[in-house]
Amino acid sequence: MSTRLASGGRLTNRSKQIEFSFDGKRLTGFEGDTLASALLANDQMMLGRSFKYHRPRGLVASGSEEPNALVNLGKGDTHEPNQRATTTELFSGLEATSQNHWPNLDMDIGAVNGLFSRFLTAGFYYKMFIHPRPFWKHIYEPFIRQSAGLGKAPKAEARDPDTYEHFYAYVDVLVIGGGVAGLQAAKAAGEAGAKVLLVEQTAHWGGRAVVDGGTIDGMEAEEWVKTTLEALGKMDNVQVRSRTMGAGVYDHGYILCYERVRDHAPLAGGPRHRMWKVRAKQTVTATGAIERPLSFAGNDIPGVMLASAVRDYVVNYGVSVGDRTVVVTNNDDAYRTAIALKKAGMDVPVIVDARQMGGGALMDEAKALGIRVETGRGIAKVKGGKRVTGVTICNQQGEGAMIEEIACDCVAMSGGWSPVVHLWSHCGGKLNWDDAQAMFRPDHDRAPTSHDGKPFVTVAGSANGYLGLKDVLEDADTAGKSVSGSSAMTDAPKAENAEEKPLEPVWLMPQGASYDLRMKAWLDYQNDVKVSDVQLAAREGYESVEHTKRYTTLGMATDQGKLSNINGLATLSNALNEAIPQVGTTTFRPPYTPFSMGAIAGEARGDIFQPIRKTPMHQWHMDNGAEFEPVGHWRRPYCFPKAGESKHDAVMREVRATRDSLGLLDASTLGKIIVKGSDAGKFLDMLYTNMMSTLKPGKCRYGLMCNENGFLSDDGVVARIDEDTFLCHTTTGGADRIHAHMEEWLQTEWWDWKVYTANVTEQYAQVAVVGPNARKVLEKLGGMDVSKEAIAFMEWKDGTLGGYNARVYRISFSGELSYEIAVPANQGRDFWDALLEAGAEFNVTPYGTEALHIMRAEKGFIMIGDETDGTIIPQDLGLHWAISKKKEDYLGKRAQERLHMADPNRWQLVGLETLDGSVLPDGAYAVGEGYNANKQRNTQGRVTSTYYSPTLNKGIAMGIVHNGPNRMGEDIPFMAVDGETIIRAKIVNPVFFDPEGAKQNV
Amino acid sequence: MLILQCPYCGVMADETELHAGGEAHIKRFGPGSSDEEFEGYMFGRENPKGVHFERWRHVNGCGKWFHAARDTNTMEVFGTYTAQTSTPPEDLLAQIRDKRPGFKWREFS
Amino acid sequence: MSEPVLPLGGASYSGLVTVSEHGPIGQVTFRGDLSSEAVKAAIKDVTGRDVPGLREVSGDGDTCVIWMSPDELLLICGYAEAGGLVDALTEKLAGEHVLAVNVSDARAAFRLKGKHVREVLGKLAPVDLDPAVFTPGMVRRTRLAQVAAGFWLLDQETAQVFCFRSVSEYMFNLLKTVSDPQSAVGYYSA
Repeated sequence: MSTRLASGGRLTNRSKQIEFSFDGKRLTGFEGDTLASALLANDQMMLGRSFKYHRPRGLVASGSEEPNALVNLGKGDTHEPNQRATTTELFSGLEATSQNHWPNLDMDIGAVNGLFSRFLTAGFYYKMFIHPRPFWKHIYEPFIRQSAGLGKAPKAEARDPDTYEHFYAYVDVLVIGGGVAGLQAAKAAGEAGAKVLLVEQTAHWGGRAVVDGGTIDGMEAEEWVKTTLEALGKMDNVQVRSRTMGAGVYDHGYILCYERVRDHAPLAGGPRHRMWKVRAKQTVTATGAIERPLSFAGNDIPGVMLASAVRDYVVNYGVSVGDRTVVVTNNDDAYRTAIALKKAGMDVPVIVDARQMGGGALMDEAKALGIRVETGRGIAKVKGGKRVTGVTICNQQGEGAMIEEIACDCVAMSGGWSPVVHLWSHCGGKLNWDDAQAMFRPDHDRAPTSHDGKPFVTVAGSANGYLGLKDVLEDADTAGKSVSGSSAMTDAPKAENAEEKPLEPVWLMPQGASYDLRMKAWLDYQNDVKVSDVQLAAREGYESVEHTKRYTTLGMATDQGKLSNINGLATLSNALNEAIPQVGTTTFRPPYTPFSMGAIAGEARGDIFQPIRKTPMHQWHMDNGAEFEPVGHWRRPYCFPKAGESKHDAVMREVRATRDSLGLLDASTLGKIIVKGSDAGKFLDMLYTNMMSTLKPGKCRYGLMCNENGFLSDDGVVARIDEDTFLCHTTTGGADRIHAHMEEWLQTEWWDWKVYTANVTEQYAQVAVVGPNARKVLEKLGGMDVSKEAIAFMEWKDGTLGGYNARVYRISFSGELSYEIAVPANQGRDFWDALLEAGAEFNVTPYGTEALHIMRAEKGFIMIGDETDGTIIPQDLGLHWAISKKKEDYLGKRAQERLHMADPNRWQLVGLETLDGSVLPDGAYAVGEGYNANKQRNTQGRVTSTYYSPTLNKGIAMGIVHNGPNRMGEDIPFMAVDGETIIRAKIVNPVFFDPEGAKQNV
Repeated sequence: MLILQCPYCGVMADETELHAGGEAHIKRFGPGSSDEEFEGYMFGRENPKGVHFERWRHVNGCGKWFHAARDTNTMEVFGTYTAQTSTPPEDLLAQIRDKRPGFKWREFS
Repeated sequence: MSEPVLPLGGASYSGLVTVSEHGPIGQVTFRGDLSSEAVKAAIKDVTGRDVPGLREVSGDGDTCVIWMSPDELLLICGYAEAGGLVDALTEKLAGEHVLAVNVSDARAAFRLKGKHVREVLGKLAPVDLDPAVFTPGMVRRTRLAQVAAGFWLLDQETAQVFCFRSVSEYMFNLLKTVSDPQSAVGYYSA
């Protein structure tokens, strides 16, 4: 059984007990434990079921490479699935549950899949579920959805109570990894004066050296780590952050780091996670190496673990995984585990070394401790179900015939070490295969390069393929100096490499394992991929490692193949009879390990999820029951329903009140751009389809803007302020876009023209005062003459109204007598209130965007975004009157001369009235005769705007119809939303109301 | 996540401060141009693996448009320069020739 | 004529830094050739301040001239003085190709005060705020989270942030959120 030892544990504080629960059981651990070490201390060996076969699974590793020990953490609003027990620091009250089983961890129905594992081979899903076709949707997919997935998704109504944030940091040198290599690299760079940030993903410093021991500069490794951290702490130019993972390396030295600020202390305040967006001139990845599993039958049974992990649990947490541990290895390092266990008083019945000649000094040390060593041997299979009970030993060179059976409850395996090259590779760093050490190492001649074309990532220590302490420190010292341009002649810290015999690559144990053994030899624990699956894929013709990955799902789980990649790759290359470097690796993609969605979102949630733009009158709208609609980032009132009134009824009331007496519209969102300079007229003539340079000061003109493709892009009223100043109104959504459009042409094409622009949209609150009593209410406010004689239709004037400085434009988008009045934004709300007060006797009615739309449609005015969709030219909308024939050029003119644009068969704007007075569905198509090549019904037009008109008491619509203007009076069929019902509508003039303009020209 | 130095305000601007504006040095063809000329102006674009000339705007910044010469494959930025020109500066072209011998981009080489 | 009403009515919050809506202040956008002697003289004459250098602010928090782009300045003055400033500049530079416009109401301003001011800004803007790099008297136009904004340091512990009026509520809530008293990063003010 796994248990807490009587003493030991360099990271745990035995004086501080911590209570937590697993699957409802109340358990205790110590301060400093991870959830994994605390569970082991409580003999909780089995932690979950595997993804496909639901096999019992326990811990394999002790760090972020752990594939099996994924748990649900927390509940309700704080529930999070798929959290690794090995990277979860224990805290008081932690609640964890196991995953992927039903009804419970011990007794799981899904385990029956294991009985059929012979049939659930690579590509099973592709082969099985493809026929018969209809089965996918109704039978296979629901079944797979039911059984797929590991942890439980949070409930839809759950709301994460925690906060998250981002932080931008700019450094000369970012060092990723707080082992001895990272510490030394940071120190060397810091001493050279570079601004350094050192990050470490765990809560502790020192990496493997503090577990495995060794002497550095005459000190124990642990002491050296402490001393070095103190030295770094004294440097003002160096910052260190633990619990911060270097997650991804991107172009031009952009690195994401994921800080878990208070996962270990959930009751503390402040953000839970912080995403660091670091821009580093140079990055050192001192990310260490990960031990590889060995592929033998039953290597997934709980109790089979990486040798280094078994050592970690003993040394760091004082926890033994088993009483009797068989060590199996192809290298010297695993002997350290045997020695550590023996010294801690545990039994190591045998070390199984696949190498004929065995190991070096460490082997001698183990033997001296009385540990039996069997060389040239392998494990044929592991015995046990939910827990290891023993192993059978065989010749490594044979096919698995049993030589001996040895009882044990833990197997510590080591297949060698793989440098963590992920961060080196994220941005294009390439790798070389090192045959001697059987590992991929960074190729320094093919480093990722930055904006200056020079390398920006340097690897240091065991991530660089150096496994001896002396080599690691020297490499790190060199790296730290080179990235900081240091010319210091200092030596690297002194240390010795342990004398070790070379590793012997072992990709399958035993070498000639039978099919039965191979189909129990796991490569990828999390996705249940076995040696036999990869071999099958190769037999079925998969040659590319990327294809094999996707076919077998090898390395596609949340651990991204940290343990399985190299073993899988070697298995594939053996099956293909090719060398490993020829087969190559799959692509390493960020992040290194998964991080929270909260960290990605940062502060962007709730009321700051996205910017909402508000006018000076927004609060009044809120207070008066406005229903809002988004227009760009603005929220504009759609209508103002009174108590008990429907939105539709409110809109009808607003239109009638405005047409009968007086309406107010908050028009502050309309874009207002000042264009000034001696070439301003010439510039606007290029921008608008009509002539603006001839406009007289004091006058307004409606204009259309097209892009160079000829398509209508925006419209609005231009007012000429003085000889060289114009004010251009744009649509609400168009202000920023059109201002940018103007600047683009001025800066990049006509840079010698004397024109300046300024976007003054937000300087003004603008109110449209609309209706037969509009003039009366303004006269009541008083201050300037607003008579027809003083300010005629399409004129503007500056003056005061009710004491407010105002610019008054006599323009109309409703067909009514109408003034648009701009006042300084800081007085907008007061002016609005003054208008409401003065208008009370006229039943003043604020109206929203829907009433605005109906009134403009009644007048046949087009709306950008309704009548236009990026493929409409002004000519399609009957706007020939707004296109100058005199101008030689304007943006879009050449495009409008293209054959297709000038085609008389283009769909053109008309009014539409249903025969029964009903409202046409928005976007409905007018169907034509016959069918097209795709067997779709031919069409001859579509609805662009459609409303119920309270003025005319019937449905009215605008649309574009083939040859429409020549078909007045004809009725054509429109298809209803159901795809069956035909609605007939008559083609009419799009101006439904007051075509003479009698109402506005008063 | 690129960084480009805005030649107007000198800021080493993060890509999130910038707005990409497509290919640089496109000659406008207006009324009077042939269909072929106009088609080339509107739709004919380079698609190089390697040296490329682009337009960018420092939109969350000084608001100015500028040009950048960049390697689309390695992300190396050879230089940035103002928008008020129809050709890349000669010293920049010389530098690119040096780094990418034999490069060719439209009429520039 | 009524008293000017600030977008948020002068809201404030105290956390890692104090965040307070600042104003009303007079603001004038000026565009022109900043190297022209006539422009330099007119700016000096009207504001009492020199035309600032690249990405600099000349003057103090209450009256200053901010470099916005190679052909644009933002003049800060008393709220009531902005109109007169526009008129004076327009008159002095008659015949020159310039643009001066009162934008006092178009932008909102916030003052951030406290020793964590660099950290608070560093949570929102892709800008190096190292004290050796970004010093009082420098201005930076950038984005804060999702909106265009700018800021400058009045001193080591005081920043002024400006953004468009319509997003002032977003900006205030943003600054408030990242000023949570328990969210110190300990990076610039360790």
